Amino acid sequence: MIADKLQAIGHSTFNWISRVGKASLFLWQVLLSLPYMMQRPMLLVRQLYYVGVQTLLIILVAGLFVGMVLALQAYIVLVDFGAEDSISLMVSLSILRELGPVFTGLLFAGRAGSALTAEIGLMKSTEQLSGMEMMAVDPMKYIIAPRFLAGVIAVPLLTSIFMAIAIMGGYFVATDMLGIYEGVFWSQMTNNVDFFTDVMNGMIKSLVFGFVVVWIAVFEGYDCVPTSEGLGQATTRTVVHGSLAVLGLDFILTALMFSV
Amino acid sequence: MSFSRGNRLIFDNINMDIERGKVTAIMGPSGTGKTTLLKLIGGQLKPDSGTVLVDGENVHKLSQSALYKLRRRTMGMLFQSGALLTDLSVFDNVAFPLREHTKLPESAIYRLVLIKLEAVGLRGARDLMPAELSGGMARRVALARAIALDPQMIMFDEPFTGQDPISMGVLVKLIDSMNHALGMTSVVVSHDVEETASIADYIYVISNGKVEQSGTPVELKHSSSPWVQQFLGGLADGPVPFHFAADPLMDDLMKVEKHDR
Repeated sequence: MIADKLQAIGHSTFNWISRVGKASLFLWQVLLSLPYMMQRPMLLVRQLYYVGVQTLLIILVAGLFVGMVLALQAYIVLVDFGAEDSISLMVSLSILRELGPVFTGLLFAGRAGSALTAEIGLMKSTEQLSGMEMMAVDPMKYIIAPRFLAGVIAVPLLTSIFMAIAIMGGYFVATDMLGIYEGVFWSQMTNNVDFFTDVMNGMIKSLVFGFVVVWIAVFEGYDCVPTSEGLGQATTRTVVHGSLAVLGLDFILTALMFSV
Repeated sequence: MSFSRGNRLIFDNINMDIERGKVTAIMGPSGTGKTTLLKLIGGQLKPDSGTVLVDGENVHKLSQSALYKLRRRTMGMLFQSGALLTDLSVFDNVAFPLREHTKLPESAIYRLVLIKLEAVGLRGARDLMPAELSGGMARRVALARAIALDPQMIMFDEPFTGQDPISMGVLVKLIDSMNHALGMTSVVVSHDVEETASIADYIYVISNGKVEQSGTPVELKHSSSPWVQQFLGGLADGPVPFHFAADPLMDDLMKVEKHDR
């Protein structure tokens, strides 16, 4: 019994490691294919539209609501201490340091990551990737690289939009609903938020999240078992692994960036 | 040349010659690895031992870029599903290899694509998307795309499977006329005996990883091998048994009682 269990654990660990190895080789090939984008910028622009612009709506809506809710919650806590003037500080720091990058990463994995996996996986199962290879067009360059690069570019942009709209949401709630003075709201923020420790660290996080999520998404699509079942599993894995990677990396990055 | 997948030996030291300018057919029951063979020729899979020579070059010894160059120059492949790019229209699909591999101006590409589409009779369908095509039409578009760069050789993967008699006839005629008009080497992988025999110059029949028999269609028709006779005649039982390997029927039926409990 115990031997069986141990064997199973060993087996799955081995599988996991070999998959990570495969994904790393894949990433290396993708990176080598990136210069091709210089010759064919339209491929990239098109993917930026699919991956970036089409994810915008959910980012805007989510950002607005997260900011508004955060302002409400912050007020409830702060008002007991008579510190409700600091509401903008609490909202902006939470958004810039944590919620902006993390929320965007999670939403991106769910909205764009799953779509990327499904699209590439379907191309594989309908032999489009093979067909391209036989036409002497490298699908790594033509299909994978533009999608990968588009994701890496789009996520930090989406994150900054999320941050801006969330702070605006907090602003409306704080000033219009809760009666905080406009001047107090902005001056508290500008005096206490640091560009490098807060804004830039948030953006670095978003860059890392975007890289990892889109890497997982294109790898799962390219590597999927080309059946309807395999495709479904690959899409699920993109969302689950992508989200877990965002959360895990967020902890590590926060520990590195903000620990004293 | 040998090739295995996992523990299963798919090709056991087979040897084939595909003559330039001729139609060579490779036939055999489903699951004998006919498509695998095409992928080996195209360099998408690597054999365990042996060599694949295309136009004098060893496909699996080439660097990636040399392989791509060889594919561009000599090979076209028609996939069973057509493998059209679903986000491009029929016109753009046929134009795709031209745009990728040549520096021709758009006006020249336009004319070339129309000529290729005319050859397969689908010039009028150039603005349709792949999803709007029937299976037979999709395969004809794929054929137009495969000949866009005028390759020396085209590999057809099951071109007749799942086609109605009319589009099957159209495809047979197209392959035949292309071979004669353009002097292209054709490799047809198929298990549709009559259609394939009608256009092939030479046929290899493979089974269980070996070349069972080879020859011209006429030679094969008079083959003494009972296996080839069963395959060509489409007989239900013979050297290839109708039944998948199983316990004797009576034993299996007796087990029914166990299911009830």
